[in-house]
Amino acid sequence: MRIFEPHAHMTSRTTDDYETMAAAGVTVIVEPAFWLGQPRTSLGSFVDYFNSLLGWERFRASQFGVAHHCTLALNPKEANDDGLRREVLAVLPRYLAKDRVVAVGEVGYDSMTPEEDEAFAAQLALALEHDLPVLVHTPHRDKLAGTRRSLDVIRESGLPPERVLIDHNNELTVREVKESGCWLAFSIYPDTKMDEDRFVRIVDEYGTERMLVNSAADWGRSDPLKVVKTAAAMMEAGRSEDEVDQVVWRNPVEFFAQSGRLELDVERPAAPATFAGNSILRGERPA
Amino acid sequence: MTLEELRAALDARLVPEARRWLAESLAAVRRDPSQIRLRFPAAGRHLGRGAVVNHASSDEQVPRWTMDQAGRVLLLAELGDRVVDELDELYRYGDADEQRAIVAGLHLLPIGGRGLPLVVEALRSNDARLVAATVGPYGSARLPDHLFRHAVLKCVFVGVPLAAVHGLDRRADSELARMLAGYALERVAAGRDVPADVWAVVHRFDPWEELAAIKAEMKAPRAAPRAAARRALAALAAERRRS
Repeated sequence: MRIFEPHAHMTSRTTDDYETMAAAGVTVIVEPAFWLGQPRTSLGSFVDYFNSLLGWERFRASQFGVAHHCTLALNPKEANDDGLRREVLAVLPRYLAKDRVVAVGEVGYDSMTPEEDEAFAAQLALALEHDLPVLVHTPHRDKLAGTRRSLDVIRESGLPPERVLIDHNNELTVREVKESGCWLAFSIYPDTKMDEDRFVRIVDEYGTERMLVNSAADWGRSDPLKVVKTAAAMMEAGRSEDEVDQVVWRNPVEFFAQSGRLELDVERPAAPATFAGNSILRGERPA
Repeated sequence: MTLEELRAALDARLVPEARRWLAESLAAVRRDPSQIRLRFPAAGRHLGRGAVVNHASSDEQVPRWTMDQAGRVLLLAELGDRVVDELDELYRYGDADEQRAIVAGLHLLPIGGRGLPLVVEALRSNDARLVAATVGPYGSARLPDHLFRHAVLKCVFVGVPLAAVHGLDRRADSELARMLAGYALERVAAGRDVPADVWAVVHRFDPWEELAAIKAEMKAPRAAPRAAARRALAALAAERRRS
């Protein structure tokens, strides 16, 4: 089965994870920009992070035949730092012009502050300007209110709902997001947010249209094979192969293809390949 | 290749839509130089990434113009004298393809010596394709002797063939020959092969101390260095016969 992983923070994963994902059928990954578990203190850290999402991660993925893409933005947590907000938003347009950037994201709310409002609105405007879709993170705390407020801000922005993917949904948010016309993603975690069986029950009720699943695969407890496992859970629950394919392949392809920058084929470089002189063999050349 | 030759060669390869995008982008950049910050990174997906001219060389490491690179250099050139105001930041925020286009095109821009810091910066990278661009026409004309020699040595280290070094015949000197022969000695002592293209420079200056040390490896206790020394000296002798 072909698998598209639409949200994985591969920066936090080992090269073995890429290998495991590829062996399980993952051929495309979208890595959204987010925070790193602790706050950054300078613009340079963001620039280096964006560059690694465009360079090193793409190279690591390519070693296993995986096509890596990213979404770039100032995340809502760090939008609360006044200096960084100004500086990151100033360099972001340069990055949104680059190849393989398939959406603006993750944007949205963390604590729903005026600073987050400002960054969210500014980046929705950038998405319109750069003709990119948007990936919206919904808050962990006060999720339903945060999701409703996100939908309001999106409506005001003038972005058509089919250009917007609302992420980290659960049983409480699914109805309103589905009715908004936006796409819906569910982060499937080992023991928080959402699991495979709960997702299967949501699909029973709401269908597979505009529905995506992802494994988040971040630096916390998470499992980079959750999309694969969710596909298996759907099959086990009696969904057809066509429905599963829609959720784990055709929906993410259709959504991110709106950027015009999705490249589903990856050319596997001849071994031993290096990126900026750095190989995943850690300098050791095969004999 | 001059800027106008590059423009004509690229134009011959462009499909109508790409040609339109390039014309629009050149006009946008002329009106407002800051537009280059958005046009320059986008060139690959609008113009394509294939070769501008079909070189006979099948060597992937020899730098050759691709359509995206050529388009990017034309955008830079369109800024005229104002290009210096944008160049450093385009490089700083550039991805690997963008940085390579900048370094490869410096000799076509009206910047005098102001591009040299970027060449020096690029030399610190270990990306073979970027290193190859540093020894193009601009770097070859402007790198001080010490840095030029290190650039050549770095090419050998990261696998860029010395055929990619612009003006190597003119700039090679006895010190570079000594460095290359020293590298050959290190390889031989480890029982490894020496890249064949170092001998053309080495034999012109015959750094006797290093060559004597390579000969001495013929009597090394281990077989691998002995064999490597034999192969190295045979390659040097073949180079002598050729010239």
